[in-house]
Parts: sequence; C-alpha cells; structure tokens
Amino acid sequence: MSEAKASIDKDTVDQVAKFGGEHYKYGFTTEIDVDKIPNGLSEDIVRFISAKKEEPQWLLDWRLDAYERWKTMDEPDWAHVDYPKINYQDLCYYAAPKSMEAGPKSLDEVDPQLLETYSKLGIPLQEQEVLAGVKKIAVDAVFDSVSVGTTFREELAKDGVIFCSFSEAVQEHPELVKKYLGSVVPKSDNYFAALNSAVFSDGSFCYIPPGVKCPMELSTYFRINEANTGQFERTLVIADKGAYVSYLEGCTAPMRDENQLHAAVVELVALEDAEIKYSTVQNWYPGDENGKGGIYNFVTKRGDCREARARISWTQVETGSAVTWKYPSCILRGDDSVGEFYSIAISNNMQQVDSGTKMLHLGKNTSSRIISKGISAGRSSNAYRGQVNVHPKAAGARNFTQCDSLLIGDKCAAHTVPYIEAKNLSAVLEHEATTSKISDDQLFFCQQRGLDPEEAVALIVNGFCRDVLQHLPMEFAVEAQKLVGISLEGSVG
Amino acid sequence: MSALLNIDNLHAGIDGKPILNGLSLSIRPGEVHAIMGPNGSGKSTLSYVLSGKDGYEVSGGDMMFEGQSLADMAPEERAIAGLFLAFQYPLEIPGVTNMTFLKTSLNAILRGRGEDEMDAASFLRLAREKSRALGMNDEMLKRQLNVGFSGGEKKRNEILQMVMLEPKLAILDETDSGLDIDALKTVAEGVNALRAPDRGMLVITHYQRLLDFIKPDVVHVMAAGRIVKSGGAELALELEKSGYAEYVGETVNA
Ligand SMILES: Nc1ncnc2c1ncn2[C@@H]1O[C@H](COP(=O)(O)OP(=O)(O)O)[C@@H](O)[C@H]1O
Ligand SMILES: [Mg+2]
Repeated sequence: MSEAKASIDKDTVDQVAKFGGEHYKYGFTTEIDVDKIPNGLSEDIVRFISAKKEEPQWLLDWRLDAYERWKTMDEPDWAHVDYPKINYQDLCYYAAPKSMEAGPKSLDEVDPQLLETYSKLGIPLQEQEVLAGVKKIAVDAVFDSVSVGTTFREELAKDGVIFCSFSEAVQEHPELVKKYLGSVVPKSDNYFAALNSAVFSDGSFCYIPPGVKCPMELSTYFRINEANTGQFERTLVIADKGAYVSYLEGCTAPMRDENQLHAAVVELVALEDAEIKYSTVQNWYPGDENGKGGIYNFVTKRGDCREARARISWTQVETGSAVTWKYPSCILRGDDSVGEFYSIAISNNMQQVDSGTKMLHLGKNTSSRIISKGISAGRSSNAYRGQVNVHPKAAGARNFTQCDSLLIGDKCAAHTVPYIEAKNLSAVLEHEATTSKISDDQLFFCQQRGLDPEEAVALIVNGFCRDVLQHLPMEFAVEAQKLVGISLEGSVG
Repeated sequence: MSALLNIDNLHAGIDGKPILNGLSLSIRPGEVHAIMGPNGSGKSTLSYVLSGKDGYEVSGGDMMFEGQSLADMAPEERAIAGLFLAFQYPLEIPGVTNMTFLKTSLNAILRGRGEDEMDAASFLRLAREKSRALGMNDEMLKRQLNVGFSGGEKKRNEILQMVMLEPKLAILDETDSGLDIDALKTVAEGVNALRAPDRGMLVITHYQRLLDFIKPDVVHVMAAGRIVKSGGAELALELEKSGYAEYVGETVNA
C-alpha cells in the first residue's frame, strides 16, 4: 500500500474511532497570500478573468454572451429548498494564491503550504512510488479559482491521454475545447450554468483518444479556501471512440459562518463504444447543527452518449453542503447507448438536498438505470427529483428506477418527485419506491451485539446504500462507507 | 463462589405497567438455568430488562452482573461486559451481510474490552468453522442479515452469533420455538459446546423438549412477573405433565 493511501486509511479509521469529536475534519483554513479581486459582477469582471487567463477572443466572446443571457434569467425556484436570496454583487469571483500568479508551474515549484494543505486533506500531490497491487490515481487539484497542479501528466501522455487544468487546455488544446465546450450544457442552459459560463475560472480537462483505456483513475479535488468567494469550475471529459475512463471528484471547504456558493458545470462526451464512469464524493462543509454556514452546491452535470453504444455512469455520494441542487443527467443520443445514475444523498441537521437525475432517451434501444438512496436525519429535507423522457423515435427504450428513502428520527422530511414521459409506445419503464425508518428494535439489536448507537446507524445506513456503494471504485468505496457514518453523527441518542 | 448474575427483588415495567414484580434469581458461573412459564408471564421482559432495552423502567431491586450494577450500563456496555441475548424474534438488517454483521459485532466487543480487533483472515476462518459446526453453509454468511431467513435459520443464526462472541452469560429467549427436531439438536449442541466453568446460561423456554438436550442445573417457574418455584431438572418433566395451571392463579401484587 502506498504511503499516501495508508495515511488516508489511518486518518479515516481514527476519525471513525473518535465519534463524537470534531464532526468536520476538513474545516481548517490555509493562511496564504491571495490575489483577490473586489466583490461584484460586471462585464469588466468577466473581461478581467478572461484576460488573467490570456484567453483567445472566441472564449471571451463566449463568456460575454453567457453573461448577457444570465442577466436576463431568473434564479430557479422550483426545487424543494429554501435559502435567503443570494446577492451576486456581494461575492468575489476570482481568488488565487499569489504564488500561482505566474501561471501553472511544475509540481516541484508549487508553494509548500499548498502541498501541505492537500496532504492534510489526504490528497497526494506527489507522484510517489506506487507499490504493486495498488492502482495509481492522477490528481488535478483546484484551490479556489485556480488549478495548483496535476499529477502523472507525462505518464498519461504516453498513452495519448490529455489530463490538465482547464486553463492549460485552453492554451494547449484550443481546438478540443472549442469543439466540446458547451456542447452538452449550453451556456444558457439554466441560471447557474449561465453564471458559470461567464465567470468560470478553472477546472479539469480530460481527453482519452480512440481505443485507449485510461491506465489509471483520474481525479479532481476541489477546495474552497477564501471567505466570501464563490467557486465556479468547469470540468470537461471526452472519451473518443472505444475509449474508457473512470473519473473521480472530491470536495471540501473550511468551516465558515457565511454561506458560500459553488456553481460548477461538468460536461461529459462519450463517442461510439466509449465509456465514462464519473464518481463524486461530495463533502463540502454542511454548516453547523443550526444551519449556520455551509456551501450552496448548485451544480449542473450532464453526459452525452453522443454515438452508438456509448455508456455513461454517474455515481455520487452526497454528504456535505448546506443546500444541494444537482441532477447529473444523461442524453442517450446514440443507438444502444446506456446511462446510469447511482446516488446516495445524506442530509443531517439543517441540510437541504434536492437531487436526482434526468435520462433523455433519443436513440433506439437505449437503456437507463436509476438507483437513488436518500437518507434524512435531524431536521433536514431530502428530495429525489427524477425525469425519464422517451422521445417518439426512441423505439425499444428501457428504464428502471428504484428510489428508496430512509428516515432517521421524526423531524426530517423525504420527498420523491419522479416524472416520466414516454412518447414511444414500445418503451418499457419500471419504477419502484420505498420509504423506511430505522427501528428502535434494529438499533437495540445492534447495541446488544456491542455496537454503540452511532456505529449501529452507520452499519444500517451502509446496508441501505449497498447497491450504490458497489458501483464506486474499490479504493473509494471504503472511504465512502466511513463518510456515511461520520455525516450521520449526532443523528441518534 | 460469588454469583455471575444476581437479581434481587426486581420490579420493572413498561409505560407505567408493572410486568416484573419482585423477581429474584441467582446464577453462578458454570450453571445453566432454565426459566419456564406461561405466555405473558414476563420472560421476554426479563431478558430485555437485563440487556437494557430502551423503554423499560426499573422501579426497584438490583441486577448485579459480576458485582456490577447492570442498571447503570448502556446496552452495548452490557454486551461488552459479556452479556448476550439470543432474541425471540431476531431482527433483519437489509444490505448488511451476515459476515459483516458478525465482524462488526465481534470487533466492537474486542475494542470495547481494549483488545486488538481480529484480522480479516482469522475472522473468516473462525466464522466458517463455527457456522459449519452449526450446519450452516458458507452461503448463509454472505446473505443479508436474517433477510428472507426461515424461522429456524434465524434462530440458528442467533446461536452462531453467540458462539462467535463467547459471552459470559447467554440468555436464550425461546430459541427452540419454531425449530424442527434436527435443528433443535444442532442448536443444543452449539449451546452445550459453550458450557464452561466460567460461563452461565439462562434458557427461556416454553417446552421441556429443549431440556432433553440441554440439561439444566436449575429450573424456575415464572408466573405473573416472578419466580414462583425452583427445582432441579425434574421440575421441567413435572411441568410437562401437569402444565402451568397451578401457577397461573398465583396472586399478583400489582
Ligand atoms: N411493549 C409493551 N408494552 C406493553 N405491554 C407489554 C409490552 N411488552 C410486553 N408487554 C406485556 O407484558 C407482559 C409480559 O410479556 P412478555 O415479557 O413478552 O412475556 P413472555 O415472554 O413470558 O410471553 C404481557 O402481558 C405483555 O402483554
Ligand atoms: Mg417471550
């Protein structure tokens, strides 16, 4: 086992062992000199960000167009969430460590304080020697508005895999960026996507050439550090014909009393016979027990199975954020393409979750599968919102949806809002839904076998989530299981 | 020798309703006691009060386990101290395999005692050995805890947990009901294998049948929340013939 992995495991074990201690261990702040622009949003700010990145004219125009459209749009209000009105003029749209001023550096030159931040988070930013039997994981680390480093780039390049920050992709692979940017999530798709399109500052870019199976897991780690700063990153993943990639995403932020906005866009493109597995472990600061502070996670994620037999699979473990608004979706355009959505969404204390998926069947014999596990505790609210759409031409489309809710205590709420629209008579659509509670008898049974109440809840909830946990890459399933327990601390007793 | 479990004049109930009315009972290490009695006499309640289930109020008397008062301990502390209850109605936990449950339980108890947890390989070996001895195939270990198990399988599974955890005091609540004769024999073998000079057992049963295979040192008759008669193994045989009628009329000072 690599040192990094061993230390991650040790950390999480310690963390689980000290139940009842600090609930959110990622809540520290990095004191670092930052280059931060004044609060507020205007055309000048959009121009500033674009200039800072030395972007080509077409991209500046694209941003400005997004900004113009955003100004005419309204914040969506249909979700089952409730938060005070956001003042978009009171946010900072660009903050970056001063040491990153000169643009991307090699890993050796990255500020040691940044490296230390990531090592504290359990994210290795060194290309360590990896022992046999342990898979390598390449990381792109995004800190506030910039990517501070990407590992294993050279090794991946040997297979033709491009993995770099979004800003670098704009400079080095403009033809790919121009071709695919906004091709899955148009810049005026929705309010938050339009905002992101105008002011996105960095993110990750990945291209897998035809026929290549990406030799390692790729991952992006998002960290918001600065106060009063939004994070608007963009991820673009393209799997060319017959390519395969498994991609992971993780997120954390310091504990702060004010809310912070995270409005990201993720676009996936899978061409003929390609497969993309995209997994997220979302652990943004959720706020305290009384709902003070926490991240507003308003994210647009969509995958396009653009050609025949393409496959896209979303797996998410959502445990953090004060408010989550997120619907990773699949456009099943190619014939015989497959879309999957596996989700665990946990809400505790005052957290609010409105999450789900959209499966848009356009091609023939397309199929989709949705497994959603919602767990509500404390005084939280947790809604599954799903949409399955079958186009008139999508003969032979199939969908299976299973959506289960688990309630802990009697002050929380769960909602299920499934929409189904089939315009082709040959479609076969199945939907199952259940709601259950953890019973006192189950808890007592576990306690009689030596488990304390929090361990008992963690065990029962992990059992409830099993069908989804199985879809995470092995290395992360264990982490996710522990996170499930930790995020439910204080929900019983 | 001092008692493993000493219950003295225990009064307990639920929702303000008295169920145990001055129950006294003492088990020394190495002894197997049987409690028999009509339905509703409070046998399950006794097992829940001893193991600390929420909702039961103890209004008087003492329960001492190895000299420590059980009343002050959380259910998991009692389990860690070595008290085990084989449930009359074992619970289901969907998605959690039998194996995971056993391992989580065993390690929680070891940890609670300040001992090292068992490594995965030793655990697997132990679990296979113990389950085979109880006539369970390896497939049962991979199934979700008690989900879709027959009544008999659930009871066997309780015994598997018991032999894995090696408690100091095992309380078996009607583990025999719903078992056919072969299952009954296997369960009894499991229990007998665990008999040891430092271990005590409290076997709650409705029928004398189980006591043909697990020979008790002491038999108690319980009625209306207290022990109304105690004797040797022969008392069980007597009860089998005469029934509980003579005890049901006992006065209850509720
Ligand atoms: N949760 C409860 N609430 C109210 N009464 C109960 C409860 N559990 C048991 N009782 C009552 O307590 C008495 C003893 O029950 P129990 O201990 O289950 O008896 P046994 O196991 O000997 O059949 C019965 O009259 C039963 O109805
Ligand atoms: Mg009973």
